[in-house]
Amino acid sequence: MGKSIIEKIWDRHIVNEEENKPDLIYIDLQYIHEVTSPQAFEGLRLKGRKVRRPDRTFATMDHNVPTVNRYFIEDDIARKQLEALEQNCKEFGIRLADLDSPDQGIVHVIGPELGLTQPGMTIVCGDSHTSTHGAFGSIAFGIGTSEVEHVLATQTLWQTKPKTLKLEVNGKLGHGVMAKDVILYVISKFGVDFGTGHIIEYCGEVFRDMSMEERMTVCNMSIEGGARAGLVAPDETTFSYLKGRKYLPKGEEFEQCVQDWKSLSSDEDAVYDQEIILDGSLISPMVSWGTNPGMASGVDGKVPTLAEDIMDPKELNRAIEYMGLEEGMPITEIPVQHVFIGSCTNSRIEDLRQAAGMIDGQTVQKGVRAMVVPGSQSVKRQAEDEGLDEIFKSAGFEWRESGCSMCLSMNPDVVPAGEHCASTSNRNFEGRQGAGARTHLVSPAMAAAAAIHGKFVDIRNLKRTEQVQ
Amino acid sequence: MEPITIYKGRAAALDRKNVDTDQIIPKQFLKRIERSGFGEFLFYNWRFDETGKKRPDFELNQPHNQNTSILIAGENFGCGSSREHAPWSLKDYGFDIIIAPSYADIFKSNCMKNGMVPIALTQTEVNYLMERVSAPDYELTIDLPNQTLKDGQGFETSFEIHPYWKEMLVKGWDEISITLQYDKEISAYESQKKAVSSI
Repeated sequence: MGKSIIEKIWDRHIVNEEENKPDLIYIDLQYIHEVTSPQAFEGLRLKGRKVRRPDRTFATMDHNVPTVNRYFIEDDIARKQLEALEQNCKEFGIRLADLDSPDQGIVHVIGPELGLTQPGMTIVCGDSHTSTHGAFGSIAFGIGTSEVEHVLATQTLWQTKPKTLKLEVNGKLGHGVMAKDVILYVISKFGVDFGTGHIIEYCGEVFRDMSMEERMTVCNMSIEGGARAGLVAPDETTFSYLKGRKYLPKGEEFEQCVQDWKSLSSDEDAVYDQEIILDGSLISPMVSWGTNPGMASGVDGKVPTLAEDIMDPKELNRAIEYMGLEEGMPITEIPVQHVFIGSCTNSRIEDLRQAAGMIDGQTVQKGVRAMVVPGSQSVKRQAEDEGLDEIFKSAGFEWRESGCSMCLSMNPDVVPAGEHCASTSNRNFEGRQGAGARTHLVSPAMAAAAAIHGKFVDIRNLKRTEQVQ
Repeated sequence: MEPITIYKGRAAALDRKNVDTDQIIPKQFLKRIERSGFGEFLFYNWRFDETGKKRPDFELNQPHNQNTSILIAGENFGCGSSREHAPWSLKDYGFDIIIAPSYADIFKSNCMKNGMVPIALTQTEVNYLMERVSAPDYELTIDLPNQTLKDGQGFETSFEIHPYWKEMLVKGWDEISITLQYDKEISAYESQKKAVSSI
């Protein structure tokens, strides 16, 4: 029986295998940020323990950083957390992309940009969206702070071998349908826990045709379907993205890596614990209407009704009440007061190009506050070189510095209670963007169109969409 | 970590599905650099209104749910972010045991690292317990070594837990000290050149 890429990577990383124990697996790379690491470093200090492999650890500042006046952090507790990270990295000898660094940005944007994330690796970070790095054909998953400490001290984790899920999407996506729509469609169809206990391998024509940025968007939201990790087997798209990046080997050594990475692909006779096959041509641009990413519909759809009996009535009632919607309301009638383009899901250069492409000389609707937060300083520089910042600014969007920003609003970027936000982020949980805030998850192009129209529009009906693609 | 063997306590019911970690501990409370003191922020936006007053209709604010140490909830409890602040806040508030039909993977693992037991029962069993917990004399007994749960009124069931985690919890061990005993194996792994690519 053949092996899947998931099993191949797993088997390569087993340090110890014993009966009645999970596998002890080696972690090739740990990313660190300010929010989930201070208690881990404190744990090491209390026991007099060292970081085993500072060279396999990389830190950045992202969750708390302001996106305007970034050096002026009003919040004392947030500032203390950033200072703690700086101090901890210094004390334990860990590389840090701090606010002064040209490499600073959201951890899941800069890792791939710098070529730290590589195929075949095991990667962890104290952040559930670590699944993003699976786009490169690595097993990458989020961990808690105790596990962060465990990896710092031992470079390993005790992990039960996860089950495997093959998710195949065939066919071609319609125009105006993006990576974000594909993953929202999957989660809306199978729920927020269909992937629990599994690692997903995304297969089929739709993912093969995607760029690395698009694959990252899909893998990023694996966790919203309950899967700790999701990956795409590396191919020519992966290799050409990686070639020449900062932390990758060069020349002959890189070619040798490519040969090795090619051998990771799943064998044809690989068997998975679960398989799902979907038709990509059936997917519409998606908008989430509820309070988890599974509560989403095509933009041409409606908020569900109790009579349709598609979900727990208590859950449906609570969601539509919180969101200030009505049963059966068309998605295109939902008003939008805020637009956020950013986050580890959709803040890369391609995302910004797609959003900018929808503007076409139009301006942000009166009464709408729209902002673009590039994922990293590098994305910001590139967008400015391409003139995207001018397109956004002249349309009335705010152009910000890089960080997590309004995806979780730990910094000052917050949506007020009761207002609706079209957001390219990954979670529409109650209070996620501010207490009482109403988040609708969409693709960057859908978000830009919502900013211009002050409500959700089916971008397939806009002339502009065809030109953008 | 405090060892857990036989555990007795009263339970509170939170009859909601897909309770995410953003509800358990909202982001504005994640900026602290300590592990302690998160209990007062547990379910903050559900427990308190905009003015900081307790919402009387929220389950944990109801009189019969005071002084409980077991939380019973709906499926996929703890979904969302990896923040360990979620189990820290539950534990600090006073919950040592969670009972639900299913859990999100990262949350479940985070609980066990903090000496908390996430017990998975069937939906029918969870419903049965939820209907009864409000009675003042209703108490649950969890026997972790034998993996059973009883209510002293005739209800008894068993639950699954990986033997590795059971041992950790029953003995209250520090996992890192255990793993450091594998130093030789880890070093041997690291010395295989091909196994680890350079960064």
